Amino acid sequence: MSASLEKGVRVLKEMIDAPIASYFNSCVHCGICAEACLFYTETGNPKYTPIHKLEPMRRLYEQEYTFLGRLAKMVGLSKPVTDAELGEWQELVYNSCTLCGRCSAVCPVGNDIAYMVRKMREGMSASGHSPDGLKGAVTRTVNIGSPMGIKLPAVKAQMKHVEADYGMTIPLDMEGAEYLVMLSSMEIINFPEYLGAIAKIMRQAGKTWTLCSEAFEATNAGMQIGNSDLARVIVKRIVDGAEKLKVKTVISPECGHAYTALRWEGANLVGKPFSFKVQHIVEVLEEFRLAGLLKTEGMETDRLTFHDPCQLARRGGVIEPQRNLLKMVAKDFHEMPDAGFMNWCCGGGGGASAIEEGEELRLEAFKRKKSQLDAVKPKRLVTACANCRIVMEEGLEHYQMNLPIVGLTEMIAEHIPDPVDSK
Amino acid sequence: MDHLQLLTWARGPGLDLSLGVLVLGVIWRLIEIYGLGRKQDLSAPRDVAGASGWNTIIRRSVPPPGMFKTSPVSYMGGYIFHIGLAIVVFLFAPHIKLVQGVLGLAWPGLPSQMVDFVTVVTMAAMIVVLFDRINKPVKRYLSTFGDWFTWALTFIPLLSGWMAVHHLLVPYTLMLAIHILSVELLLICLPFTKLFHAFTVFGSRWYNGAINGHKGVPV
Ligand code: SF4
Ligand code: SF4
Repeated sequence: MSASLEKGVRVLKEMIDAPIASYFNSCVHCGICAEACLFYTETGNPKYTPIHKLEPMRRLYEQEYTFLGRLAKMVGLSKPVTDAELGEWQELVYNSCTLCGRCSAVCPVGNDIAYMVRKMREGMSASGHSPDGLKGAVTRTVNIGSPMGIKLPAVKAQMKHVEADYGMTIPLDMEGAEYLVMLSSMEIINFPEYLGAIAKIMRQAGKTWTLCSEAFEATNAGMQIGNSDLARVIVKRIVDGAEKLKVKTVISPECGHAYTALRWEGANLVGKPFSFKVQHIVEVLEEFRLAGLLKTEGMETDRLTFHDPCQLARRGGVIEPQRNLLKMVAKDFHEMPDAGFMNWCCGGGGGASAIEEGEELRLEAFKRKKSQLDAVKPKRLVTACANCRIVMEEGLEHYQMNLPIVGLTEMIAEHIPDPVDSK
Repeated sequence: MDHLQLLTWARGPGLDLSLGVLVLGVIWRLIEIYGLGRKQDLSAPRDVAGASGWNTIIRRSVPPPGMFKTSPVSYMGGYIFHIGLAIVVFLFAPHIKLVQGVLGLAWPGLPSQMVDFVTVVTMAAMIVVLFDRINKPVKRYLSTFGDWFTWALTFIPLLSGWMAVHHLLVPYTLMLAIHILSVELLLICLPFTKLFHAFTVFGSRWYNGAINGHKGVPV
C-alpha cells in the first residue's frame, strides 16, 4: 500500500462525518482556539491556530460535500488540495498538535478540533505526509512489538531485576488472573520502578495479575500517526492477549495516549465492544483506595505539584482520583494554575515527542509549562504519564531547571509498608 | 419603479421569495450536514452527571475558566451583539407585527426608545468586533471574504432600520424598502454562508458534548 495524494484525499473524504461537517460550518473565525493552544500562545504565530491546522480538510469538505462547493469546484472557482499543500501542513498537523484537546474545550461554537486533527492525520499518513519519527515508531511496533524496538527478552530481564530487588515473582502469562498489566517501552527502558511498584500494590491488595508475553506494549503509534489499519493490528494483540488469558481488566500504564488508544479507540478499531474492562493504573489505584485495599504509611514532606496528562484528564475524564491518591502521601501539595481539566500539555503528546524535527518548537511550547511551574515553585513534580515525564525532563533540562519528576504509581508504592511476614 | 412600488415589492413577493429560500435552504443544508451521520462509539461509556450534548449546548455559552481574559473583546463584543441582535429582531413592535401577519403569533415588545438604544449599542459592538478582526493577528489571519461579507450582511439591516426609524438621509419609504431588502438578502444568504452557524452551533456543541460525554468528560 503505497501512499499517494489520491489515496490521502480518498481517506480524508471517508473521515468526514456529520460532526466534522457541523464543526466546519460553525466556525466563525473568532480565534479563541488559538489562545488555548500552547503552540500559538508560546510562539505568537497565527499559523498555529488550531482550526487553521484543518484548512485542507475544510476545503475538501466544501468541494465534496456541499452543493455550492461542488458548483465552485466544477467551474474552477476553488483550489483543489495538492500534494505540496499537504506537505506544508505536515508540520501543523503533527509537530504543532499534541491532540491535547484544549482547543476543543474552549471553542465557543463547540468545535472538537482535536477530534478533527485525529481524523485529518488518517489522510495525511495515507498521502505519505507524516513525520519519519512516527513512521519508524509504527513500523517497529508492528514488526518488533514496541515503538522503541523492545522485545520480550528485555521485558524478561526487567522482570528478573524486579524479582531480585523486591523478592516477589512477576507473573507472566498467568491464565485467569484478574488484571493484565500493560507497559510502555518508556517504562521498560527508563522507569523500571513502575513494574516493581505494581508488584507491591497488587500484593497489598491481594489481587492476581499478570504480564502477557504476546502483548506487553500499550502505546499505539498507529493511532498517533493516524493509520487505523496499523492501529488495529497493535490493539488487536492486546485484545487477543486479554481474551486468551481471560483477564477481567486490562490496566493501561502511566501513559496518556496508550489509555486513549485502549480505552476509547480500541473497541472502535477492532469493531466490537471489549469483553474486558480497561482502566488506567490511576483508576485502579483509586478503586483499591476506596475499597480499603490500598494502605500507605508516611508522607512526602517536600513541596509537590501534579501535571495532569491531557489524555487522562481532559480527554479521559480522570481528574479527581490522582488528587485523592496524592492526598494519601503528600503533605505539601500545591496545584498549578489551570491544573486539572484545563491543564496545559507537556508539549509532546499525540506522538509529537517522536518527531525529531519538532524539537525546537516543542521546547518553545514548553515555556507554558515552565510558567505554570514558576507559579508554584515545587521541589518535585508528580505525573502519571511516562511520555509527559520524558518530554518535561527534556524541557526542564533545556531551561536549566532542576526539578525531579516522579510517577504517581511509584510514589504511592514507596509508601506501601512491607508485609510483616516478608523475608 | 418608485419608492412605494419598491417597498410594496419588498413586502410582498420579495419577502415570500426570501423566506422560501431561507426555509428550503436551511432544510437542504441541515440534511447535507447531518445526513453524513457518524459511527457508533463501541467503547464502554463512562457515566458522569453533566457530561452530555445537551449540557454542552448550554455550558459553552459561557467562557471556560481563564478564557475570558485572553479574548475580552471577542467575548464581550460577541455577547452584546448577539443579544442585542435578538432583542432588536424579536422585540421591536413593528417586527412582531410582521410575524403576526405571517404566522399569527404575537408577543409583547419593548418600548421603541429602548430598542433604539439597543440598536445603537449593537452596532457599536459590531464595529468594535470588526476592528478587532482587523487588528488581532490571529483573527486577521483566519478571516476570509465570507467573514467580511457576513459582517456587512448583518450590519446593513441594523443601520438601515435605525436610519429609517429616524428618517435619515433618504425618504422614509425608500429607507424602509432598503431595510427590508437588506434583511431579505440576509435571509437568502443565511443557509449558504457563515451565518449558518446560527443553526449548526447547536449541532456542534451537542456533538462535542456527546462525544466527550461518552468518556465522562463534561466539556
Ligand atoms: S474557537 Fe471555534 S469558532 Fe473560533 S476560530 Fe477556533 S474553531 Fe473557529
Ligand atoms: S489539540 Fe492541543 S495542541 Fe492540538 S491544536 Fe488543539 S490546543 Fe493545539
